[in-house]
Amino acid sequence: MLRFLITVVRRDVLLAVRRRGDWLTAQFFFVMVVSMFPLGVGPEPSMLRVIGPGVVWVSALLACLLSLGRLYADDFRDGSLEQMLLSPYPNSLLALGKALAHWIINGIPLLLIAPVLGIQFGLPAEALLILVLSLAIGTPILSLLGGIGAALTLGLRGGGVLITLLILPLYVPVLIFGAGAVEGAMSGTGSEAHLSLLGAFLVMSLLIAPWISSLALKVSVE
Amino acid sequence: MNLYYYASPATFYPLAGKLIPWFAGLAVVLGAIGLYISFFIAPTDFQQGEGYRIIFIHVPAAWMSMFIYLVMAFWSAIGLAFNTRLSFLIARALAPTGAMFTFIALWTGAFWGKPMWGTWWVWDARLTSELILLFLYVGYMALQAAIDAPRRADRAGALLNLVGVINIPIIYFSVKWWNTLHQGSSVSLTGAPSMAMIMLWGMLVMALAAWMYTIAVSLARSRILILERERQTEWARAQLEGQA
Repeated sequence: MLRFLITVVRRDVLLAVRRRGDWLTAQFFFVMVVSMFPLGVGPEPSMLRVIGPGVVWVSALLACLLSLGRLYADDFRDGSLEQMLLSPYPNSLLALGKALAHWIINGIPLLLIAPVLGIQFGLPAEALLILVLSLAIGTPILSLLGGIGAALTLGLRGGGVLITLLILPLYVPVLIFGAGAVEGAMSGTGSEAHLSLLGAFLVMSLLIAPWISSLALKVSVE
Repeated sequence: MNLYYYASPATFYPLAGKLIPWFAGLAVVLGAIGLYISFFIAPTDFQQGEGYRIIFIHVPAAWMSMFIYLVMAFWSAIGLAFNTRLSFLIARALAPTGAMFTFIALWTGAFWGKPMWGTWWVWDARLTSELILLFLYVGYMALQAAIDAPRRADRAGALLNLVGVINIPIIYFSVKWWNTLHQGSSVSLTGAPSMAMIMLWGMLVMALAAWMYTIAVSLARSRILILERERQTEWARAQLEGQA
């Protein structure tokens, strides 16, 4: 079982490493969207500090959605997804592996870039730490929930926009608790409550999301 | 009589046809009574003046918007569990009405908020979660519209519907905490002064009218969906020829 999970993750990561151009697009998208905000609202340091956490988090959601469209699509197109679904292991394990790989490929780089962007917005050091921590707990949830959307919209026309409509409302709690944790750290009210809730949400999505994704895959592929 | 008899589209179609006039009639009568109570019998409010009368539309619409989503989820779950085609169609037929009531609740809420609070919109927990509910309805309908294969459309929509239901409490509480962790809400929708009995009656009658309307409209919509799905069968052909 674990072997199968590792194989799925390893395969996706390997594919991403070999096609670096695709992979970097989402990361640069993240950086660019964040950089648009100071240009749009003006360079006031005090205002940027207030909107900073929210901007970084919203951009992370969008960057995640951008790369989610490809989660199953490439494997679906060349037929390897059907082969994987026929394997003797539970399909939820496949969905979990795919989400995990998506997080490794797209989530972890966001964690590394986010502090730099936070500095651009003038966030203090402890807030930067919480920002990375909240993203570390929150981005796996984005990959897990997004997997459901990717499975449901597999091979549909306009799948990219559709997945946004389906999944963004479900991301609301992650956004609230993630950005709230950073704001809590900055305003001195503390961020433990937000981070704990985020952690609880992560545990719940770990339990439920792969299962629903596997059901959705079955519906979409059959 | 066996209720399962009507689980087949072919038997449900004529039953729905017979029921629609009854529910539609009840909706009109109850709506007329409800509107009469709300506009002529209910007294002017001491604090809010005549403007409060929007409550008779607003509250039933808000109730229906949430309730219809739950009913849809119920039928989606039944459909996924027992593989009944009709359940998916009912869920699908309910969605546009649910979205409409959500929109009405938001719209009348804005009209009510302007004179009472002096603003069209506040990011209050209830308003925000109602807005997200509208997004969930839109997502469900967009997914249904994008899938051509009926079987896949049914099941994918049902799954999304159920994920939404699991998420609704989480979304509601996160929005609530998001708001209250920052600052006390400047307006409270819950702390209303004890309502006069007649106002409550007006609201209940209007809610019943909304119920009847929802049933009538979604039955009519499901009849069309059934005909569309079953167009290759003999009875559906006969129906269509009879209408033409």
